[in-house]
Amino acid sequence: MTKPMIEIDTVTKYFGDKLVLDRVSLTVNPHEVVCLIGASGSGKSTLLRCINRLVDHDYGTIRLDGMANDDPRFGKTGLQQRASIVFQAYNLFPHMTVLDNITLAPRRVQGQPRAEAEERGRAVLGRFGMDSFAASYPEQLSGGQQQRVAIARALMTRPDVLLLDEITAALDPELVGEVLAIIRGLKDEGMTMMIVTHEMGFARECADRVAFLDGGVILEEETPDRLFGAPQEPRTRAFLQRIVASGRL
Amino acid sequence: MTQKADAAHPRAVQEPVRRGPPPPPPKREFDWRSAAIPAAIGTLSAVIVFGSLAWVITSAEQWPRIKLQFFSLDAMIASFPRVLQGFWVNMQVWLTVLGCILIWALVLAVVRSLRAPWFAPFRLMVVIYIDIFRGVPVLLLVLLFGFGIPALSLPGLPNSGLFWGAVAMVLSYAAYVAEIYRSGIDAVHEGQRAAAKSLGLSEWQTLRYAILPQALRNVVPALMNIVVALQKDVALLSVIGVRDAVREAQIYTATTFNYSSLIVAAGLFLLATIPMARLADYLSRRDRRRRLQIAE
Repeated sequence: MTKPMIEIDTVTKYFGDKLVLDRVSLTVNPHEVVCLIGASGSGKSTLLRCINRLVDHDYGTIRLDGMANDDPRFGKTGLQQRASIVFQAYNLFPHMTVLDNITLAPRRVQGQPRAEAEERGRAVLGRFGMDSFAASYPEQLSGGQQQRVAIARALMTRPDVLLLDEITAALDPELVGEVLAIIRGLKDEGMTMMIVTHEMGFARECADRVAFLDGGVILEEETPDRLFGAPQEPRTRAFLQRIVASGRL
Repeated sequence: MTQKADAAHPRAVQEPVRRGPPPPPPKREFDWRSAAIPAAIGTLSAVIVFGSLAWVITSAEQWPRIKLQFFSLDAMIASFPRVLQGFWVNMQVWLTVLGCILIWALVLAVVRSLRAPWFAPFRLMVVIYIDIFRGVPVLLLVLLFGFGIPALSLPGLPNSGLFWGAVAMVLSYAAYVAEIYRSGIDAVHEGQRAAAKSLGLSEWQTLRYAILPQALRNVVPALMNIVVALQKDVALLSVIGVRDAVREAQIYTATTFNYSSLIVAAGLFLLATIPMARLADYLSRRDRRRRLQIAE
């Protein structure tokens, strides 16, 4: 039996008095792609942020490759390097060029020499068709290009897991495809990913499993065919019907 | 107006270009008449307003006495070299003090914005420092430091009033500038912190590489106002006997009972502050344009 890459074990999280995650458990195996779907405010993004400790959960355990994510053996930065997150709003550093953005962590956190980091940076950019923009600033790029750079930045530390937080939600419809194509490519290479998304078509095509969150609880966790084809929970069905009605499935 | 608009629309009767390259951009010819009339009206109104003001002032019964007291050309020429020499001191002190303020305030702002619990006592110290030095008049601090500390004649420390007066200015102004820096730091979007943290950057690295460069750029317009204010406030040091422009002008006044020397000093200050104020305007306009572009 393979050792799971991410083990979320009865995790509970409050923001003040508000319960946002209620005893959530979820396992992601190596090379697996798990999509989290659900309405806004259902706790999907918070769950992702708990994994690499952008927020700290209140109860339960999250293990990355068998080690609790608050284990001191990760050191100060080990966890973030092994579980990289990509944000909805890209969050690139506007005062740095594309190349400086993606080489910041390798150089300042991992201590790589500039030449080495930049060589790898150019290689990663090249893979995403962004090598000609190495010297550009983020505001000179389209949303899709910025998000491709943000994915490149997340990959620079060679993470084991990629956490994607609604990475296409801020994009114009015609730019969504170029970003999703990159995610498909990463899946083919065997990258373990947890994806919060509203692109149901993409989730159905790309995910190994889909989890539906509602009110901080995972109501249903299934293969995409079964979850989209024959949802068991009435609330899942209602959510999917709303999505279908809005033409996004 | 409507006639002009019709005349300026030959496109309406031109054949639309359906094939080949698009038609060239329409030419906007410079129209002398529409430019000259507002300019003439503006000039005329300025002449009337300022002319009648000048007439009212100079025809006043007391004007010759006022002129002699404040605008005596002879007194101005006589006092000019000394006042200019003093003004040079102002400029030197201004630049030195400014440099020290910008650095010291940055230290204060950084300490105040570090969130690690380890820094709690230092954060508290900065808060108290800013409360105290913002709450006390600069003049009082200048007197306290400029007269008080040299009177102690502490071993190993400079004894000049100029030095300690300048220290007082730095301490006071740094409290304001630290708050400006902090507002710039707070204005950087929270997502930038999240991005830096998720890349594994430490708190200090996050500040150094991600937050501060953006924060400093944000506060340049606000800082420029402080720079201009400081340029004038350096004259406060004259109260502790520093021979700056104001002091030199006062010395001249004390011997001749003519105040034209102070007008000379005022003129020199204006010569220095007005270009700075224009530069500040220019920088904030440029900053505004940059923000608007990003918001698009």
